Amino acid sequence: MSQMTIHLKIWRQAGPDVKGAFENHTLDTVNEHMSFLEMLDVLNEELVVAGKEPFEFDYDCREGICGSCNLVINGRAHGPKRLTAACQLHMRNFKDGDSIVIEPARAAAFPVIKDLVVDRSAFDRIIAAGGYITVRTGSAPEANSIPVELEDSTFSFDYAACIGCGACVAACPNSSASLFTAAKLSHLNRLPQGEPEREKRVIAMVEQMEKEGFGDCSNFGECEAVCPKGISIASIAEMRRNYVKATIAG
Amino acid sequence: MPSLLKALSSQVGRKLLTGLTGVALIVFIVVHLVGNLTLFGPPDAFNTYAYKLHSLGPLLWIAEIGLVAVFAIHSYIGLSIWWNRRRARPQKYHVYSSKGAPSRQSLSSKTMAFTGVVMLIFIVFHVRAFKYGETTMTSIPGVDYPVKDLKALVITSFLDPVMAFAYTFVMMLLGAHLGHGIWSAMISLTLSNPQRSAAVYTAGTIIAVLLSVGFLFIPLYIYFTGGQGALIQY
Repeated sequence: MSQMTIHLKIWRQAGPDVKGAFENHTLDTVNEHMSFLEMLDVLNEELVVAGKEPFEFDYDCREGICGSCNLVINGRAHGPKRLTAACQLHMRNFKDGDSIVIEPARAAAFPVIKDLVVDRSAFDRIIAAGGYITVRTGSAPEANSIPVELEDSTFSFDYAACIGCGACVAACPNSSASLFTAAKLSHLNRLPQGEPEREKRVIAMVEQMEKEGFGDCSNFGECEAVCPKGISIASIAEMRRNYVKATIAG
Repeated sequence: MPSLLKALSSQVGRKLLTGLTGVALIVFIVVHLVGNLTLFGPPDAFNTYAYKLHSLGPLLWIAEIGLVAVFAIHSYIGLSIWWNRRRARPQKYHVYSSKGAPSRQSLSSKTMAFTGVVMLIFIVFHVRAFKYGETTMTSIPGVDYPVKDLKALVITSFLDPVMAFAYTFVMMLLGAHLGHGIWSAMISLTLSNPQRSAAVYTAGTIIAVLLSVGFLFIPLYIYFTGGQGALIQY
């Protein structure tokens, strides 16, 4: 197991309305099997022992399925490896002596709370605007009572894989939330359960996305490249098609 | 459901309008290029083409008003996207880099606002130089009064190195703009599935290069042959 020395340049910001700045740290005890977040844990332990304040960063599952982590590592959301969330990124993807710059996702709609933690509740409000279906409450319905075509369920599941980490916004040169919004729409719109609100949903979620201050989509496709779940920008094309249909249907 | 105006001014609507006006502008420049290439046809072809175009009268005015409107919408939305982008990320990244394929970030896509603005400024000078520029008169077959000798105006204009190279430069920018623009328009108008769009992207790039080279060949050819080249019969 080889030890690595890593030079870190990390964003430090005390609060939402405070000016932030980079801080430099060098870690001599990084091993290649550590995840990126474990490497940050080691740094934070050292800081705590030295009586300094640790860096705040978001995480939960550390299995790449919750969407809590969303670090921008050397200018790339979730770092250099494709289809990998920052928590699943291992230090073997870096070399001994590397310098790594860690920044929070930068978007007006994602204000920094502290250090590397940003407020992604704008996504929650987009979901609340239409990312739901209407079902009767009570005991769980019989799973086989509504038949779903295999093609539709597969399509829907591909988009349901979105973990809402916000890497798409972080990486988009325009800070657009189109991939996130479109993934949520594609996830629900193709299923019979999502059908009744299909038109209302696309209009409401697109409106909310704009209200939150995200930028326009310019078809750069960077969002798909950084998405840890590989959500395709085909969903954005689908969102546009559904938006036009909903507008015409009036 | 939103009103049509509200729908068109939404992020999705703006993208559709950018794509539609973009396609209209591509149609326009294809026609423009075909017209330009009559310079290499029979001696009177270019002036006859220009004369016939101008004799369309009110039809031409309507087309011109439509064209100005299309340019205005395309530019306005393009600039508003650029403006929104600055507002949506007030604090820039210290380090930013693309993660590579399947991203379509390239010099072409990253410079859309720049190439667009330069072309917009160019158009003002271009229209002033060739539409309202002073010309000598000439005669063409079938017309018994003198007509504008635009062919002479084009040739003398491009003997000037500043004109020739400025035009060449702007036409290269046109190619760069279309490199991302054609593909993006197809995606915006949902005419292509991005997953199967490698062919559309390649086709867009080829069309962009052909149009760009088609346009910039003219000033370069005239400048380097001193207007005496064998391809131009005068």
